[in-house]
Amino acid sequence: MPLVAAPLVVLLRSGRAGWLIAAGVSVASLAGALALAARVRAEGVLSYALGSWQPPYGIEYRIDAVNAFVLVLVGLVAAVVVPFGRPAVAAEVAAERRYLFYAMLCLALAGLNGIAITGDAFNLFVFLEISSLSSYVLIALGRDRRALVASFQYLIMGTIGATFIVIGVGLLYLQTGTLNMADIAARLEAPGAARATLAALAFLTVGICLKLALFPLHMWLPNAYTYAPSVVTAFLAATATKVSVYVLLRFWFTIFGANLVFERLPMPDIFLALSVLAMFVASGIAVYQRNLKRMLAYSSVGQIGYMTLGISLDNVPGLTGSVVHLFNHGVTKGAMFLFAGAIAMAAGTVDLDRLGGLAKRMPLTCAGLVIGGFSLIGVPATAGFVTKWYLVLAGLEKGSLLLAALPAASSLVAIAYVWRFVEAAYMREAHPDLAGVKEGFAAPLVGGWILIAICLYVGIDSTWTVEAARRAAAQLLFGAPQ
Amino acid sequence: MSLPGHFTYWITVFLMVAGLYIVIARGNLVKKLVGLSVFQTSVYLLYIGPGKLIGGTAPIIAPGYSVYSNPLPHVLILTAIVVGVATLALGLAIVVRIREAYGTIEEDEILRADAHAPQRGGA
Amino acid sequence: MSAGVAAALVLPAAGAGAILALGRWPNAREAATLATAGGLFAVVASLLPAVLAGARPELVVLEMLPGIPLAFRVEPLGMLFALVASGLWIVNSIYSIGYMRANGEAHQTRFYCFFALSLAATMGIAFAANLATLFLFYELLTLATYPLVTHHGTPEARAGGRVYLWILLGTSIMLLLLAVAVTWFQAGTLEFRAGGILGGRVGSAATGGLLALYVFGIGKAALMPVHRWLPAAMVAPTPVSALLHAVAVVKAGVFTVVKVIVYVFGVEATAGLRSVDWLPTVAGFTIVAASVVALAADNLKRRLAYSTVSQLAYVVLAASLLAPVSLVGAALHIAAHAVGKITLFFAAGAIYTAAHKTLVSELDGIGRRMPWTMAAFAVGALSMIGLPPTAGFVSKWFILSGAAATQHWVAVTVIAASTLLNAGYFLPVVYRAFFRAPPGGEHAHGEAPLPMVAALAITAALTVALFFHADVPLALARQLVAPH
Repeated sequence: MPLVAAPLVVLLRSGRAGWLIAAGVSVASLAGALALAARVRAEGVLSYALGSWQPPYGIEYRIDAVNAFVLVLVGLVAAVVVPFGRPAVAAEVAAERRYLFYAMLCLALAGLNGIAITGDAFNLFVFLEISSLSSYVLIALGRDRRALVASFQYLIMGTIGATFIVIGVGLLYLQTGTLNMADIAARLEAPGAARATLAALAFLTVGICLKLALFPLHMWLPNAYTYAPSVVTAFLAATATKVSVYVLLRFWFTIFGANLVFERLPMPDIFLALSVLAMFVASGIAVYQRNLKRMLAYSSVGQIGYMTLGISLDNVPGLTGSVVHLFNHGVTKGAMFLFAGAIAMAAGTVDLDRLGGLAKRMPLTCAGLVIGGFSLIGVPATAGFVTKWYLVLAGLEKGSLLLAALPAASSLVAIAYVWRFVEAAYMREAHPDLAGVKEGFAAPLVGGWILIAICLYVGIDSTWTVEAARRAAAQLLFGAPQ
Repeated sequence: MSLPGHFTYWITVFLMVAGLYIVIARGNLVKKLVGLSVFQTSVYLLYIGPGKLIGGTAPIIAPGYSVYSNPLPHVLILTAIVVGVATLALGLAIVVRIREAYGTIEEDEILRADAHAPQRGGA
Repeated sequence: MSAGVAAALVLPAAGAGAILALGRWPNAREAATLATAGGLFAVVASLLPAVLAGARPELVVLEMLPGIPLAFRVEPLGMLFALVASGLWIVNSIYSIGYMRANGEAHQTRFYCFFALSLAATMGIAFAANLATLFLFYELLTLATYPLVTHHGTPEARAGGRVYLWILLGTSIMLLLLAVAVTWFQAGTLEFRAGGILGGRVGSAATGGLLALYVFGIGKAALMPVHRWLPAAMVAPTPVSALLHAVAVVKAGVFTVVKVIVYVFGVEATAGLRSVDWLPTVAGFTIVAASVVALAADNLKRRLAYSTVSQLAYVVLAASLLAPVSLVGAALHIAAHAVGKITLFFAAGAIYTAAHKTLVSELDGIGRRMPWTMAAFAVGALSMIGLPPTAGFVSKWFILSGAAATQHWVAVTVIAASTLLNAGYFLPVVYRAFFRAPPGGEHAHGEAPLPMVAALAITAALTVALFFHADVPLALARQLVAPH
């Protein structure tokens, strides 16, 4: 077990170092995550008592099929974005602040890993705040002054969300006298749904939904993603909301139990409605954005709707779709924001009206963005298709052709916004401002293409991701991977 | 449910709602942060309140004392206070920078300033 | 054997890479196109004897989703389709070289590159062993042809491209994907099997509904009301209209329909279900309605496009009759219509290149200046109408016998009526070209460049040859209905 915790300890201490350490740490974190995932597969649930205090008294780190999957995602995105993001950071962050930037990036990574790994409800809140606080700073480092306002908005919303989560955890603690997740779950089973439990569920759900930007609690996200430095956007978009989705899964399924959430409360209906709204309204808003980054941000809100839709359907294909979409969308969006960042650096703008004829100037970047867009649409042979396939199956398993048709229909909206970029970049007359623009730095390009390659690979051969996601779904639904 | 017996809860709830109201209703960014702090503080009370037992002592195992206050909430809330202070400090720091960039800390004025500002792309 | 299948898939894709690499040297680039096309045809043809002998070469690449492999399997219908598409690609490449150079088109490298990619996707469709693989290549084909449709980059091209993309992607995502998912959900497999995989698993009404999802989901088959993309796609350069919208793309659509009916629903399992009776009617309506629109269209390419819509519906009609004879006719018509229609498009492109004319009403007397072109056009028109000695007669004969055998008198009437309509919109063109006096004050022009004339002469000859020597396609089509 010390071996397991080692990468995390490194993470927590790597505050002052620069890019090299940050890059090293993120690669190490990927390696650690993969090792953990392999062990979870082989041995089942892993448990590590921090400071040797035995659970349920001490803080327990607990890894099963679900968070192993999330850890791999976070590690992977970090390992690609951080090492290859260096020129972008150099271009967008003032030199004297750069080491702080990397420190914050490490902290954010540590926080996200911590959220995923911990088995203690209060500890989860602490890690959540570590990652959130550092991401507020990261966003505020954006060059545009609107980044500051965006960061402030995010801080207010994020803190309210986090405080809601603490209230929920507090209520659970008052009721059960323990903070260990597994222990809470065991003790909650006995008395049934008391009022306080329901209140706790409500507070937690709203708090987490603020963090994961479920429509209509997404207001902070578009601004934050638009004005943050592009590396930060790529990293956060690919990980932060995904980890929040994981937290929701954890609380709903492991602690409260699907029985309480889905059968005694109208949660699935509410979530279904909100997810569908997210899928259509947020994607619809994305169609009308002129700013490429903002368009991608709204598309993220829409894609989060896919994940919550799968959760609300409450069956194995649905959850598989949700969990696998964490990965698929994380990889896709990470790549797309990297490319968008590359465009911002080279062309000085991400305004779609000014990107006419960009494909001639930056063919590789644009091609990458288009393939990423295919994945958002869900074209077969991309990662997005796998998700959609499972969501459609989940709808059919619910016995409703309409539910099955919804994810399909929303990808039509995705075509609309993806094609706005395609037409701008490939078919519009070259914009005079772009005359001298050339393919930018190699590093973000390579990083983005690595992610795109992964996205294509898991689209064609999805056995690994789907298998992992299916195990995770089974773990959530039945308590043990099957 | 006796009202005085649960007075800690009433205070908690009052502070919570008041804090949230300030966050939503005030346009001044510093006042927003104050509201946020009040909101967070109410949660501290929520945790600490039930931890106190009447007649309980500090949780040191010693002969002659059998009733202890629960120490765990205090520990947790110490952590939460640290988080809260960090949030407040960060928030204030951002407000200072906003003031430098915009010359105001009133939300509506900031929004207006951005609406009139020329489109500079989103780099 | 599976090496041959793999080669058929990889070769065009590799060719696309080579074209891209050789982009700076037009001659080398076009040599690469021709070499790839020739190579592909040789590879596909090398599979033919084995398939005729009853072998079914297979290739399983990997597991796409659990239980759903990315797999290929050559069966008679796919063999026929691949043969037609790859064979005509050679002719089309010759034609393209003439057309693109004579009209001074831009972005030629991109053009040839996506052309090769489209062919790769077409091969994938032809050889797909299950619905998921087919769906994958079906979508890839849409995306690979999109840059060809919008080749000019003008506002009209963009608008046309938008219609093209929305209808094709929209129907396939909304309906076809759903249909595939329902099939997987009910049957537990997506593999194409002789006799169908759905037999007995879904009720009669559900079968009808599912069939509707498939037929309208396969937008490439251009059954009304999802046919709009085809006229819209006519903004593309003519070689694209010729190969893709007379052969590869639209044939991929009807090919998929036939394949779904034969290998997913199963002919025996579905025949006699009242819930699928609507399909011949819809197909028949499309045949007649599209012919009427074609009758009124003055733009030659538009007229050809609506004629295509109508001819595609023949294939769907034939398949939906669910009689062995009519299925043979459906398979034959895929080949017959391909050679005939490509000839017509070649001729239209040649007229545009040599005389810069696009309207039927401008064609008075053009046959005197371009005798070869217009003679080929006449052959193609005869084939569309279904007169001997052209390929169209053979396939129509089988379809008609199928309709008579199943005593489907609506179908018989539709075929008869549409034959008249076809004559009504094609023969005036021929008549104008040869028997009307050319208007005065015209600039002198002769035939289009040699590669184009050669290409359309070859396809016209093929159209006639298929009438006299229909044995290979016929053998393949017969295998389709009498599987081993």
